[in-house]
Amino acid sequence: MAETVLILIVLTNLRLLGASRLGASIRTVAVQGILLGALALLAHGAAPTWGAVAMAVIGMALKGGVFPWLLFRALRQADVQREVEPFVGPIPSLLAGIASFGIAFWLSRRLPLPGGGEGLSLLVAVALFSILAGLFLIVARKKAITQVLGFLVMENGIYAFGVGLVRESPVLVELGVLLDVFVAVFVMGIIIFHINREFEHMDTDELATLKD
Amino acid sequence: MLWTLILLPLLAGAAAFALRRGVATRTLLVATAGAHAAMTAAAWMARPAAVLFGWIALDEVGLLFLSITSVLFLAASVYAVGYLRGEHGGDTSERVFTGCLLLFLAAMTVVTLSQHAGLLWVAVEATTLASAPLIYFHRTGRSLEATWKYLLICSVGIALALLGNFFLAVAAGAKPLVFAELGGLKGPWLNAAFLLLLVGYGTKMGLAPLHTWLPDAHSESPSVVSALLSGAVLNCAFVGIVRVQPLCGAFGRDLLVGFGLVSMAIAAVFLLGQADFKRMLAYSSVEHMGILALGVGLGGAGAFGAMLHAVNHSLTKAMLFLVAGNILAFYQTKSAVAIRGVARVLPVSGALWLAGLLAITGSPPFGMFLSEFTILKAALDQNRSVVAVLYLLLLAIIFMAMTTLVLRMAQGDATRPRQRESALAILPPLALGAAALALGLYIPPALETLLRGAAKLLGGA
Repeated sequence: MAETVLILIVLTNLRLLGASRLGASIRTVAVQGILLGALALLAHGAAPTWGAVAMAVIGMALKGGVFPWLLFRALRQADVQREVEPFVGPIPSLLAGIASFGIAFWLSRRLPLPGGGEGLSLLVAVALFSILAGLFLIVARKKAITQVLGFLVMENGIYAFGVGLVRESPVLVELGVLLDVFVAVFVMGIIIFHINREFEHMDTDELATLKD
Repeated sequence: MLWTLILLPLLAGAAAFALRRGVATRTLLVATAGAHAAMTAAAWMARPAAVLFGWIALDEVGLLFLSITSVLFLAASVYAVGYLRGEHGGDTSERVFTGCLLLFLAAMTVVTLSQHAGLLWVAVEATTLASAPLIYFHRTGRSLEATWKYLLICSVGIALALLGNFFLAVAAGAKPLVFAELGGLKGPWLNAAFLLLLVGYGTKMGLAPLHTWLPDAHSESPSVVSALLSGAVLNCAFVGIVRVQPLCGAFGRDLLVGFGLVSMAIAAVFLLGQADFKRMLAYSSVEHMGILALGVGLGGAGAFGAMLHAVNHSLTKAMLFLVAGNILAFYQTKSAVAIRGVARVLPVSGALWLAGLLAITGSPPFGMFLSEFTILKAALDQNRSVVAVLYLLLLAIIFMAMTTLVLRMAQGDATRPRQRESALAILPPLALGAAALALGLYIPPALETLLRGAAKLLGGA
């Protein structure tokens, strides 16, 4: 069951790398957020604690509901064109994605897990792949909003790593992490709005006045 | 006590968003800063007890950086009153500015008090988020660009530190992630964790080559924010590294020495021929963060030197940024080439600008001479002559680069009539500068004990 979720997460990443519409990208990241919540529940086995269930539900609500709402709102306010506008096109992006999945898989074999197991090794590979895919999206896309999506995908990868391997992370810390990510997306949304008002669009390649 | 220290600025920050009048928010800002400083001073007398299962506790490292933060914030808040009066930004933007400043103080306080790796991470990320709106205070295209870079680069960097925390958790197994209980770990997971944490917090600290956001954010934000970013936030990220470094031993030390020297070299390259005086100060921060990393990396007496250097750098750099704010407010340009005769036009700021130059380049009798010398001596004592030679060479290059630029600004004929300077604009930098000078002449025994204690936590002598 957990394997199916992991494979679905890989597919959402590939879909994002190949996507050319902003709306579709935002929805894909939302789906990925919900999948992660499911993964967190599955990772705890048959009898998850109340704290774990609450955290998974809050995470799903934020990543599957609140974040897409915030981002769609920024998109509407900014009234931008709905294309992704990549520096690197969809096909090369997909190829880069497949290559980074290979790297992630190789890395996951190299790091010996304490008390390891086949399932966990796949989880590490998927988590690392999400982190790499997120970094790629941040670097290879022009629009500020796609960089936020890249940041979220990266954060999702790290979260996947955490739920899979770290059994007892304290609820307080997990809440703090979620709160930080929430505020980050919120502030980034506001800044995107201002970028658009200032420059009439939100392409970050125009943000290049400051340099030495 | 510790709860009050955190909750006071947090609640005051929330209240600032609700206040209607500029005078009220400014009063709240200074009052909170004063109360925070008073409580920090009380913590010197009697160390408060740990709270929240020992996750929030005040040890030597924590008290040292808490004190730096508190003193700097007090100076900055007094300066901010004059700044906000002169700026006429409107009540709304002033409310947001004051509120974010106070939330920022709360986040920095939590950073210094955290004994839990996860909590520390949450607090460091919170400092980024609370300070981003401060950089954007001027609402220009340039400040927007700086804010976006700061927010994105630091968030991504700190996300890597979160991954590092998870790696650390894997290495720790069943142990809780409280720093005091993590000794004696080994293995590839621990090394990978340290690497990720160093890259993550190093991004926020401004270690080259991860410093790219720093010159932009420091040069585009209001000077009072630059002073806090440089003097307090970079330290907070440094606290993150300082907390994990003792877990990792020689592997971590060598990495820190490498990062330190690279940061100094990059800073030297960009300081040569720099024309923007706020960017000059920003690159100087990259240099000094490099020196801190180098000192901790050397260990032993170097760790003591690094702790002393952190105090000196914060005082001096905050003073310089505040003075730079005075110069910028009068001349309305950041180009050092366009400015001549500061010493005649703005006599107090001009004198402080020159004194600050001597202090920041490590000239005696300022405190920084002492700390830079301690770190040099640590390198020589360990027979690391290559490190020592590079260190001296880079310090010399930076001295020449900064002196050329600052002297050209300060000297020359007055192109404008002599100005009266307001007390709010000169007293805070004057006080910080006096403290930096005093530390070069005499280190009080209480501070010496604290610095020794902090260096001991770092595995130094």
